[in-house]
Amino acid sequence: MKQFLFFIRKEFLHVWRDKRTLLILFGMPLIQILIFGFALTNEVKNSHIGILDNAKDDASRAVIQRLEASRYFEVVENISSNATLEPTFRQGKIKMAVVFPVGFQNELLHENKSTIQLIADATDPNVANTLVNYASSIVMDYQNDMRGRLDLPYAINTELRMLYNPQMKGSYSFVPGVMAMVLMLVCAMMTSISIVRERELGTMEVILVSPIVPMRVIVAKMVPYFLLSAVNIASILLLSVFVLDVPIQGSLVLLVSECLLFTVSVLALGLLISSAADSQQTAMLISLMGLFLPTIMLSGFMFPVENMPIPLQVISNIVPSKWFYYIVKNVMIKGLGFDFVWKETLILGAMTVFFLAVSVRNFKTRLE
Amino acid sequence: MNAVEVNHISKRFLKEKSNVDALKDISFDVKRGELFGLIGPDGAGKTTLFRILTTLMLANSGNASVDGLDVVNDFKEIRKRVGYMPGKFSLYQDLSVQENLSFFATLFNTTIEQNYHLIKDIYIQIERFKDRKAGALSGGMKQKLALSCALIHKPSVLFLDEPTTGVDAVSRKEFWELLRQLQQQEITIVVSTPYMDEAGLCDRVALIQEGRILQIDTPKGIEQKFEQPLWQMASDNMYQLMIDLRGFDEVKSCYPFGQHHHVVFKAGTDVAAIERKLLERNHHQLEARLIAPNIEDCFMELMTTTAHESH
Repeated sequence: MKQFLFFIRKEFLHVWRDKRTLLILFGMPLIQILIFGFALTNEVKNSHIGILDNAKDDASRAVIQRLEASRYFEVVENISSNATLEPTFRQGKIKMAVVFPVGFQNELLHENKSTIQLIADATDPNVANTLVNYASSIVMDYQNDMRGRLDLPYAINTELRMLYNPQMKGSYSFVPGVMAMVLMLVCAMMTSISIVRERELGTMEVILVSPIVPMRVIVAKMVPYFLLSAVNIASILLLSVFVLDVPIQGSLVLLVSECLLFTVSVLALGLLISSAADSQQTAMLISLMGLFLPTIMLSGFMFPVENMPIPLQVISNIVPSKWFYYIVKNVMIKGLGFDFVWKETLILGAMTVFFLAVSVRNFKTRLE
Repeated sequence: MNAVEVNHISKRFLKEKSNVDALKDISFDVKRGELFGLIGPDGAGKTTLFRILTTLMLANSGNASVDGLDVVNDFKEIRKRVGYMPGKFSLYQDLSVQENLSFFATLFNTTIEQNYHLIKDIYIQIERFKDRKAGALSGGMKQKLALSCALIHKPSVLFLDEPTTGVDAVSRKEFWELLRQLQQQEITIVVSTPYMDEAGLCDRVALIQEGRILQIDTPKGIEQKFEQPLWQMASDNMYQLMIDLRGFDEVKSCYPFGQHHHVVFKAGTDVAAIERKLLERNHHQLEARLIAPNIEDCFMELMTTTAHESH
């Protein structure tokens, strides 16, 4: 037992004395959360738009006012003619232009219908789509207000409610994703590197020719990174609650235990990588390509799994972070209990046991 | 019972799709309490042999035992008993001298205090640097620390793979004196080295070359087996002298050795006549002296004869 504890102490010393890596390990989650939370967001806010008002009547002014009043748009350009419309887009001054026809109000009052043209810069299709939708709904609002006065016979209204994330904040989906990414990096990459490093430096040779049981070497290697990850989980959760305003809806105990389960499964993956890699660089590359990329691409964090081609959907099932992402999303954001995530937890648990078993079996007690 | 027994060990590696024989049918014994040297150039198979004996590698054929235990079946027990110091410095560079030592002591379920008497003579020389990181030590001190770490659990057999490679001459001398002292603690020591001049410091040596053992004997015994007269020759133009000598039919072998050439003539050669021929070829300050052969001469001789046999 003393032997084992001493081994853990030694591992801690390695981590502690490598200040640069330590900084990365603790700094990375903070930076990622802040970057994803504030900078990388697909929300549309204060988009620059231009107005080509050929009508210049009360109705057009009323619509423009409403557009300006919303937090989505900022009118930066008053375009004077059709000819200057395209150059304004080309210069990148505006993302969308709103064009009112001549006699907008007259048409509206006398013919009971009129058309507003929305021209959007679709180089970024998602943004263009969102902008057009926002603008349409603002115009609709205006129309409904007018209708109140006119009292038309039929009208179907849609009322929207965004459940679980009423403000449609991107950080709601980023927090679980970043958690998966950080744990992947800290646990898988660092454990695999730390084992391969011993082999590269030749210290593994000396450790092997000693009475210590290989299983203990493995566990001792995992302990420091497990604790480091626990600290990271705590800091990510604190940041997301207090800085990003993403509340933890479900049980904190359940959430933390799911995180720790995932941590163990990723640690086991790191071990698995270390038995396949022969140099620290290889270990790092395998962790990045084999774990990090699937976490980003296939976990549903960046792109919804349901929209992927069938083969990719099948492959995504073997990515542990997919299950973790699903669990965290449901527990943390939706506030669901264990009854709703037990299946996913079981899958993750089975994966963990499998990885652990394979990596212990593959641990080489000799040099070859 | 011998401390180490090696019977017909062979080891083959697959390198770039072709087999390389690292060890070819090696057999030898090391007696208890002996200081046994494996002498051979780089690539002779010394490290491979050490790894097989320390249970880190499996041989393709043959068997071996350490302390009476089979290296394959009883590998766990062997790992408790032997001390191993690999050729490459294999301690934690980011841990201090003291931390390294106590780590290895604890690894073997012992403490520094318990076996301090064993390492005292060695450790005392590095003790004042005990808070320094191992990576910041000089080459000689690194070796002393590594030796301390390999000794701290009082191993019955100590395997030292090229402990003096890359170490300055003074530290090398000190290191061998330490090994001599360790012998008195009833520890069997198997040490490998590429330096022929260290062979004389062992009780017995095995000369190893290209995975084959050329000879096993005491250093004296090996030197005595060199039966031909050995000449040490020099002139003002050493390079030309070697070319000329190798050109003569009477010369069996000629190789540079320090500031002289060591020359072996075929039986019945009139050395005085050779000297006259060399003088005719404008060699000045020519000297030729009969000398006693050392281990390196024996090694060179054995190398050429085995090379002839295997062709």
